[in-house]
Amino acid sequence: MSTGWSITSMSAISLLQVVLVIVGGPLLLGFMRKVRCRMEGRVGPPVHQPLLDLRKMAGRERTRPEHASWVFPLAPVVLVATTLVVAAVAPLLATDPAFGWSADLFAVVFLLLLGSVSLALGALDTGTAFGGMGASRAMTIGALAEPALLVAILALSVPAHSSNLPTIIIRSLAHPAWLATPERVLALVAFVIVIVAESGRLPVDNPSTHLELTMIHEAMMLEYAGPDLALVKLAESMRLVVLFTLLADLFVPWGIATSPGPWHLAVALASTAGKLVVLGAALAVFEVTVAKLRLFRVPELLAGAFVLATLAVLSTLVVP
Amino acid sequence: MTAALLVATALMGLAGTAAGAIAPVRFRIALSSALTIAACALGFVVGAEVLHSGHAAVVHTTTLMPLASFSLALDRFGALFVVITAVVGICAMIFRFGYDGQGLASRTASSILPLFVTSLLLVPAASNVTTFLFLWELMAITSLLLVLTDHARRSEVQVAGQWYAVMTQLGAAALILGLVLLATRSGSQSFAVIAVRSAHLPAWVRSTAFVLAVVGFGSKAGAVPLHVWLPRAHPEAPGPVSALMSAAMVNLGVYGIVRVGMGLLSGGPAWWWLLVMGLGALSAMFGSLHSATSKDLKRLLAYSTTDNVGLMLLGVGASGLFADTGHRALALLALVAALLHVVFHAVFKGSLFLSASSVHQAAGSTDLDQLGGLLRRMPVSGPIFLVGGLAIAALPPFCGFVSEWLLLQSMLHGLPSGDVAIAVAMPIGVGVLALTGGLTAFTFTKAIGIGLLGLPRTQDAERAGEVGRPMWIGAGLLAVLCLVFGVAPFLVIPSVVDAAGAVPGLHLAGALTRGWNVALPGVPGMLAPGLVAIGLVGFGGLVALGRHLVQQRPVRLTEAWGCGRELQTARMEYTATSFGEPLTRVFEDVLSPARDVDVSHLAESRYYTEAAVIHTTIDDAFERRVYRPADRMLVRWGAVARRVPNGSVHRYLAFGLVALIVVLVVLA
Repeated sequence: MSTGWSITSMSAISLLQVVLVIVGGPLLLGFMRKVRCRMEGRVGPPVHQPLLDLRKMAGRERTRPEHASWVFPLAPVVLVATTLVVAAVAPLLATDPAFGWSADLFAVVFLLLLGSVSLALGALDTGTAFGGMGASRAMTIGALAEPALLVAILALSVPAHSSNLPTIIIRSLAHPAWLATPERVLALVAFVIVIVAESGRLPVDNPSTHLELTMIHEAMMLEYAGPDLALVKLAESMRLVVLFTLLADLFVPWGIATSPGPWHLAVALASTAGKLVVLGAALAVFEVTVAKLRLFRVPELLAGAFVLATLAVLSTLVVP
Repeated sequence: MTAALLVATALMGLAGTAAGAIAPVRFRIALSSALTIAACALGFVVGAEVLHSGHAAVVHTTTLMPLASFSLALDRFGALFVVITAVVGICAMIFRFGYDGQGLASRTASSILPLFVTSLLLVPAASNVTTFLFLWELMAITSLLLVLTDHARRSEVQVAGQWYAVMTQLGAAALILGLVLLATRSGSQSFAVIAVRSAHLPAWVRSTAFVLAVVGFGSKAGAVPLHVWLPRAHPEAPGPVSALMSAAMVNLGVYGIVRVGMGLLSGGPAWWWLLVMGLGALSAMFGSLHSATSKDLKRLLAYSTTDNVGLMLLGVGASGLFADTGHRALALLALVAALLHVVFHAVFKGSLFLSASSVHQAAGSTDLDQLGGLLRRMPVSGPIFLVGGLAIAALPPFCGFVSEWLLLQSMLHGLPSGDVAIAVAMPIGVGVLALTGGLTAFTFTKAIGIGLLGLPRTQDAERAGEVGRPMWIGAGLLAVLCLVFGVAPFLVIPSVVDAAGAVPGLHLAGALTRGWNVALPGVPGMLAPGLVAIGLVGFGGLVALGRHLVQQRPVRLTEAWGCGRELQTARMEYTATSFGEPLTRVFEDVLSPARDVDVSHLAESRYYTEAAVIHTTIDDAFERRVYRPADRMLVRWGAVARRVPNGSVHRYLAFGLVALIVVLVVLA
């Protein structure tokens, strides 16, 4: 789109984004855990503990339930691959990663949905009650989060006349006043609710519980071991980073590199890290202060997000 | 040239009918199927040629039917539907070579099936009212007979047949009224003449004709509230028939609404199209909710057809609305999105219905709670169903993703047009699209996960094996198309744009494809399905390789963890009912499920339970609230009316006298 981007620099950005997401994901989780522990008056494990955990898991044996088919080992691979495709193509650090023209918001949503569906299928393939329970609950929440998410995307896309991610970000950089309009604020709230629900955080799901009656996401990965478990855990944290970065770039785009050069990229890297720290700390603080919602209260939360997103779309039409 | 081929298509189909009727038993299926495949192949050639060249294939004869001419004129718009039917027909017929279930081998069925396919191929070519109604009724009656194939063995088939007969004939009645009204008012029964003169007709004639057409075609398309026959007829029909009905016949309902609304009447006021969009939104929501909570595979697929027809109608309605407000490029975009969804729906629903029939033949049931573990037992049919399910859930890199994306884009770009009706309709449309998208992902996770994965729940499922080669080839061809169209939609989009461009008054400035990608003219950014596929395969390969490198020890087969219990059995698995339970509870007000708990106690002490059985049934709300009361009311009226003619000659003479007086008074 903008000139001055060479193929090499664009590919370098994509590569950098992929590395950022792979390394940043576990670090973000570690950081959030640290914040939680500090607030609860504990010291907590070091920030890089999730990375150490991943290394430990990678060295363990892979197992497969005897009744499972090839879907079971394939599911973590698809889950990670979908997230990596998004990480490579979406404008996380710069507005022009390689193939940035193909980074469509709707396409990103459907890609992430493919990852969720494949994990749910992997869970059902184990043939256990836990797998089915987790898959059923995760897909119910996913199905109800989808409308809120797509309508919120619509609210962002209408003023930009495009659902192309770089286009939306470049437009909002050019018109900073546009970021404070009511539709932006409404869409922001809807987005945050959906992200919390989709990434299985409190108050929708508690990632640190293994209690049968309440777990959703954890129930789906019970049968995975060794590198497979590492992949599922990694994908979970990568998705959180991707969603957080997209959220930050869509609503507070300053800092993202709009032209090539190591200096711009360094700024982008630093600002992205800063935004992730702020968002991660905010979510961690929020998680300490709220209790988990009952499963059947979650639809009300998501319906609220849908209403906010619809209001956002309507206000794009009312507010010029 | 194309005209001769069109005649050859019809004759080949009739030859198939004859072969089915008179060929000896040994060759009956082979001969009639082969001739039907030939008819479909000829139809494909005609359709492709017309789509390519833009020259209509015209056949006109006055000798075939008394008092009216038999007239066919296949334009680009109709040709698209002929091509779709031809492809589905070929695959269904290949499938039939190996399919031996549900009485499809009988003489009646073998002779009627080719006739059904032929009528499906010819309906989009009909170019006057008589020809159209003749072919339409031929299609309705042959499909009814095919639904009834297995009526002697199962009573459900008869009930399904009755529902289908009533709904299809009600629809036909509405159609006859609407089209005859148009023909008499414009003084000709030729579609071309009606299209020219309809602009001068009074508004009430146009609106009445359109509403009647929407009712008639809507009942064939399975749009809510006229859908009630669909979830009954599709599960009972033999496999290839339900595939043809769902992937080819239902399309013609959408065809008819576009042909009458945009062709014969050349567009109309906004409320027509808001009506169509409303029907579409209702069908999409209702269909997707019911398919998400169904536990019978074919019933689930039937409701999902209603859901997808709803999406097509949303696109058609949006297109009409845009055309009415003068946004011609947007109108074409929305119509292309709807037609593309017709094409892709035919492809994935065809493969899903055919592979569901394979499952039925292999495991003896389509009840998801009786299946399980079939992916390992059916190494080809299982993946075919998996591909179809991912495609219908609009997941990349399969085809449903592309048409839903275009549909979303047409609504997104229509929104800022400044028109109030559009401003209200489009966000609702996107919301409906998004909710059905999420529900469809839920539905097919359930269908695949409960039906194909995990442990087999019955002995029949345990013993199931792969079906014969023709069956998986027929279903597999369509599954391959799901992937091909999903990765390279540029293969089909230009043809669909041509077909939509045949509708008068719609224009698009520029192409919808740029290389391998889908792009909107004048809008930055595009959809790159090919790139997504490459990315998925590339990253997936890297991840799998990495996993292999860090841990080279072989995978150990273990017993699944179960909280300390000794042994894992299929009874501990989640069932389709339990999988759908959270959603049923969330939408309790809409679905109003009926729940029965039967608890039997031990004889020795009532404090101990011997067995507890829970039944959950989810009825169709329209069936319960509209059709059943209407049915009861008709029966009651019938009972009253039966008392009027009591056999007394005097009374009949009195009726005659009263009638005569009334006539004289009216005439005077």
